[in-house]
Amino acid sequence: MVAMTVNGAAVSVDADPETPLLYVLRNELELNGAKFGCGLGQCGACTVLVDGKAAVSCILPIAALEGRAVTTLEGLGTAEAPGPVQAAFIEEQAAQCGYCIPGMIMRTAGLLAETPEPNDEEIRAALQPNLCRCGTHMRILRAARRAAGRPSEEDNFAFVGSRPNEEGAPS
Amino acid sequence: MKTVLLSTAGLAVLVVAAFFAFALSPEEIEAVERPAADSFDAGLVAKGRDLAALGNCLTCHRSEGGAPYAGGYGVETPVGTIYGSNITPDPETGIGRWSEAAFVRSMREGLGREGEHLYPAFPYTHFTRVTDGDLEALYAFLMTREAVAKTVPDPDLPFPMNVRPLLAAWKLLFFDEGAAPLEGVDDELERGRYLVDGLGHCGACHTPRNLFLAERSDAYLRGGEASGWANPPLAGDIHSPSPWSADEITTYLRGGFAETHGTAAGPMAEVAAQLKDAPAKDVLSMATYLVSLQTGVETPSANGQERPAQSERVVLGETLYRGACARCHEASGEGVAFARGSSQGLPLSQSTALHAPDGRNFAQFVLYGVEAPKGEAGWPMPGFADLLTDEQIAAIADYLRHDLAGQPAWDDMTGRIAGIRSQGESGQ
Repeated sequence: MVAMTVNGAAVSVDADPETPLLYVLRNELELNGAKFGCGLGQCGACTVLVDGKAAVSCILPIAALEGRAVTTLEGLGTAEAPGPVQAAFIEEQAAQCGYCIPGMIMRTAGLLAETPEPNDEEIRAALQPNLCRCGTHMRILRAARRAAGRPSEEDNFAFVGSRPNEEGAPS
Repeated sequence: MKTVLLSTAGLAVLVVAAFFAFALSPEEIEAVERPAADSFDAGLVAKGRDLAALGNCLTCHRSEGGAPYAGGYGVETPVGTIYGSNITPDPETGIGRWSEAAFVRSMREGLGREGEHLYPAFPYTHFTRVTDGDLEALYAFLMTREAVAKTVPDPDLPFPMNVRPLLAAWKLLFFDEGAAPLEGVDDELERGRYLVDGLGHCGACHTPRNLFLAERSDAYLRGGEASGWANPPLAGDIHSPSPWSADEITTYLRGGFAETHGTAAGPMAEVAAQLKDAPAKDVLSMATYLVSLQTGVETPSANGQERPAQSERVVLGETLYRGACARCHEASGEGVAFARGSSQGLPLSQSTALHAPDGRNFAQFVLYGVEAPKGEAGWPMPGFADLLTDEQIAAIADYLRHDLAGQPAWDDMTGRIAGIRSQGESGQ
């Protein structure tokens, strides 16, 4: 039996202590916001907050959660009354297929809990572990910026994908 | 008595004065016009490019996201931070006005063009052994790079370390200026020794340092430390259940990973990223030489023994390992059909980090994970810093040490993890 807090409510989970939190959330507690993507901590679709910090729940056994506080997407707000981060993602229409979005929202919430006014670089670094296959990255970044209270700034995040040529040859 | 004291003091003043005269004596080598890029032979430049990769020049001579060879990387030493210099041919901020003689002198004697002593964070204690021919090629390569105007920060060192002339004393004590070695060594082992001791400067990280931060000649390649990591010994008894073969070392050095031992992480990740571009033949020579230095491996000492007294912690460790680690590392720790890019991680029974005498590297791996080499798709390990507590990671360490490495638990692992956590992620 593992006792923890989920979205503010005390919960006792009677499952094998090796069981990843994600399975307990989805199958036992009927909290389906966190998604199963890769099951190996590689994609971020299952991101939740543990003690306020973003954590992938697919490789987090409940044995590690005794006495700790878990927040899921459902803990941020409801469809009728979305929380500020959720509202920002809706406003920017950041989802295409939407599968990665719960993880993106939780990662953003974790960032804002630690850094209430992140700059663009900090937003990029925080969201870096989460994958999106549809390619709505720019909208996701804008949504994170809106959630950080900077909705009206110019549209584009600077593109930072290029690498200088490795050998330093004259270009 | 007074006279004796006075004359002793007088003598001391004389010695100090003489020393300063010596220390300040290196002469400036006259500035030259920046040589035209097309004045260098293309073959020589290509040779220099290979040598620059073997020497890992970029690690220190490029800052995060900065232009190649423009410097700015902060080398953290126990006394302060020293920044890699700009070695592009920019005349003002780089080495554009350096003649070849000035470049050769810097590598051989650790002196800047104007005669100033250079800090041995620039590993001229190794580069002094590089041949004339190789230095000529390196000069040709560097002088044909794109000139980048960038001024790097001054060393951030406290007094008296910030007094450069005092480096003359350090050199007198610890710097063995090398005679130019023979050109064109064909023997693989000798070629390997030349590269490991010279340009490769492996000892800069893998040889322990004395109080004056000089490499200890009595502990050649017996393991050192850098940026919160333990740099494993390359010579003598190595921290591994099985010896490295030359092929395994070559794969590790050029690919950043050896499935039989581990991943090049921390400061070593950058080394492997550069050796990827070095000639395979040369890396194999280095590996062949390094293999010749291994005398033994670690043997299990705790196998089959009862679990240690804090066995409740070991049981918790096993549960956490199965839930958090096993899906990539296999439930038994024995990887089957291992292949990078599949869902399988290193078989931990082979892990060099797990067989080390302290848990520093293990803690680094678990807290911060492994990043794929920059610009490459890969199979990174996620960090567990925000998933597991220090006690929980220590429990996993206890379990793995006992059941997979067959070694006693590390001392005060919880404190070790807390210490590394408080320093933050480094070296990656």
